Amino acid sequence: MVSKKIIELKNVTKRYNGVVAVNNISLYIRENEFITLLGPSGCGKTTTLRMIGGFEDPDEGDILFDGARINDVPPYKRNINTVFQRYALFTHMDVYENIAFGLRIKKVPKDEMDRRIKRMLKLVDLEGFEHRHVDSLSGGQQQRVAIARALVNEPKVLLLDEPLGALDLKLRKEMQIELMDMQKNVGITFIYVTHDQEEALTMSDTVVVMNKGVIQQIGTPVDIYNEPQNRFVADFIGESNIIEGIMHEDYLVEFSGRKFKCVDKGFNHMEEVDIVIRPEDIDITEPEKGLIQGVVTSVVFKGVHYEMLVEGGGFEYMIQSTDMQPVGANVGLTFNPEDIHVMKRGS
Amino acid sequence: MVKFLKRFYLCLIFIFLYAPILVLIVYSFNESKSRGHWGGFTLKWYGELFRDRDIIKALYYTFLVALLSSIISTIIGTFSAIGIHNMGLFGKNFALNINYLPVLNPDIVTGVALMTLFISVNMRLGFLTMLISHTVFNIPYVILSVLPKLKQMNKHMTEAALDLGATPAYALRKVVIPEIMPGVITGALIAFTLSIDDFVISFFNTGSGVTNLSILVYSMAKRGVKPSINALTTLMLITVVILLLLINKRTTKGDELLP
Amino acid sequence: MKNKAKYLAYPYIVWMAIFIVIPLLLVLIYSLTAGNVNDPSSLSFSVESYTRVFDVMYLKVIWKSFKLAIISTVFCLVLGYPVALIISNVKAKYKSILLMFFLVPIWMNFLLRTYAWMAILSPNGFLNRVLSLLGLPTLSIMPGQTAVVLGMIYNFLPFMVLPIYTSLSKINRNVLEAAMDLGANNFITFLKVILPLTVPGIISGITMVFMPAVSTFVISQLLGGGKELLIGNLIEQQFTVQRDWHFGSALSIILMIMILISMAVMSKVDNDNGNGGAPTW
Repeated sequence: MVSKKIIELKNVTKRYNGVVAVNNISLYIRENEFITLLGPSGCGKTTTLRMIGGFEDPDEGDILFDGARINDVPPYKRNINTVFQRYALFTHMDVYENIAFGLRIKKVPKDEMDRRIKRMLKLVDLEGFEHRHVDSLSGGQQQRVAIARALVNEPKVLLLDEPLGALDLKLRKEMQIELMDMQKNVGITFIYVTHDQEEALTMSDTVVVMNKGVIQQIGTPVDIYNEPQNRFVADFIGESNIIEGIMHEDYLVEFSGRKFKCVDKGFNHMEEVDIVIRPEDIDITEPEKGLIQGVVTSVVFKGVHYEMLVEGGGFEYMIQSTDMQPVGANVGLTFNPEDIHVMKRGS
Repeated sequence: MVKFLKRFYLCLIFIFLYAPILVLIVYSFNESKSRGHWGGFTLKWYGELFRDRDIIKALYYTFLVALLSSIISTIIGTFSAIGIHNMGLFGKNFALNINYLPVLNPDIVTGVALMTLFISVNMRLGFLTMLISHTVFNIPYVILSVLPKLKQMNKHMTEAALDLGATPAYALRKVVIPEIMPGVITGALIAFTLSIDDFVISFFNTGSGVTNLSILVYSMAKRGVKPSINALTTLMLITVVILLLLINKRTTKGDELLP
Repeated sequence: MKNKAKYLAYPYIVWMAIFIVIPLLLVLIYSLTAGNVNDPSSLSFSVESYTRVFDVMYLKVIWKSFKLAIISTVFCLVLGYPVALIISNVKAKYKSILLMFFLVPIWMNFLLRTYAWMAILSPNGFLNRVLSLLGLPTLSIMPGQTAVVLGMIYNFLPFMVLPIYTSLSKINRNVLEAAMDLGANNFITFLKVILPLTVPGIISGITMVFMPAVSTFVISQLLGGGKELLIGNLIEQQFTVQRDWHFGSALSIILMIMILISMAVMSKVDNDNGNGGAPTW
């Protein structure tokens, strides 16, 4: 069963002072999906999120919620809630009052309000924190209050604008898992914005990669990682070696001075293409056993592996491996046909 | 040695600041009216102070105008500051530059200018004109006090309130105003203090028997003073010291006292 | 979502137009016209009010106002800077008490403070009484220029001390420690580090003293006995006794311009010091 489209953007454009921040994008979001808008600063992801929330108006295009056009509906009438980047908690209120804010407006009776808030605090692991003052909480705690404050209103969609940005690495990773669990437990749609591609790949059902106001690719984390559709996505997601080459025919590509068997097809005869090989897919071996021969020019210890640069075949390859070879060593590089990923030549 | 010099210098300055006031206090207990003679200790001038119609009337108007104008200017100033904060750059600068004219101008110019306005429209100078004039120079100080608090506020806070279902009016009431309250209160206090102490602007913009303390002292000083003014000085000093001690108790940093 | 909050300011904008802009425009118009102010139709364009200002008699008044204001400001700076410095170096627990007592006089009514000096400096006043008791000759300081300057210093000294104190208290301890680490003794640290860092405070202080000093009429009236005329007195007279609103308005406009020029000069000095002119009051 395919769940229905809960939010749809149709040809949405937004300009600021003549600069186009969001350029004619169209996408849809399914119910109960965890979808992430991913891209560098200034790519338009936050603007898109804010338009969905109602804090910015699109200059062109339509935003649909449950099939209905909501361009002119103010934020306080949309069944959507937001977790802001720096939490935006009400510092003059305690935790209980912050979370109760939306409920008070809806005139929820006290008993039910107490019940819902208690349940929310349990969900975000802040039981007993009702009367703590917001200023006395740590960053992680504040962030969970912000989430509770939004979720207690039982919206259909939750928008999250880089909520983990201000947390330290370890806490961030813990919160990523917690948010994923929360989304499954509560069963609502999460629209998440981040510039951290690892975060996006970890948490999402669907990733929308954006750059300069344009959608670059939409897909599952696995698809985006393994089959980037253009140079930008290949470069932005994970580490890549991007080599220029020529596609001779289906399943046969030439680069670095020789031909390789690969698993891609559908290109024109002798078409110029870009080839992507992930550093972790390349193995280091003796020069005569390698598909390409080269010299190690740099070795950096990264903890989980060594990152080495090897010059060979007219290209500087990056390899991530636990096999260390020192600078100046002659080595051979090997990889499998399925590790070669061919894309249309980008600009 | 250096320490001694520092303390000595500081003492000198404090003597300089307090000597005149202390002299008046001493004279307030002086039986004799003359400023040269000591005629004996008495409290009669204090009694006269409370019986003196002119002084009581002046004090009454001083406080009434200060109270009313600080309340009015705080309300107008706070809402205007919120409005200005949300204006586009050009409008904001324009509004602020004009707003600060009464602050930058010497008060004689502001006072005279307001007077010409009132007289040009044939308005009688009296309580209303004095109240309006005080409000005119109070509002900029309220805005000056509230605007920084607005800038400090997380700009997403209002959006968060709207996101949670608040209408703009509700968000203003329940989120924005409580956040900026310290600035509002400081502004109100500054307005009150400036009003109590004002002379020049009141001088030009009042009439029909409405005076304030400053104007009263001025006319007395020109003519020849009543000793009951010395008694008033003493009482005023005691009040100010008590007030400042109270404020000092409530705040731990002395910088909060800067008017 | 449209931002409607800005409409909250619109009533005030109307207020400002009525009570700030129009009054100043009126003064400007009066300064540039001649005729009976009560009868608008009799007014005609004229710069005679401005040309009158260039009469030697009036130029002397303007000059005297500047002179006395500058003298007072200099004294306030010289006397006040050490006060700010000493208080800022005092142990924290004494700081707030000291500041509090320093501020008490400001909170007392300005007229009363000026009147208090009359009690001391007048011919029969406290000072002369004490002097004659000691067998010393009496001084006739009041009425006179010295008394006026004394009155100005007395009233405005705290306004010089406060901004300087604020700017001193903002100096990061680490900066001073860095200077000493690099070999500077106390005196050099003061001259090369502290003093330049307090320039914004000094500028604030100068502004807050000079402006009221140059435009006062109360201090000059009460302590100068009506014989030491400053611009403020002139203006006051035109609007009360003389009823020559045109001349009074011209003088007001000139006073405004002088103050604006002084402030422009001040902010240029501030910018040249590379401090960015952050307000410190």
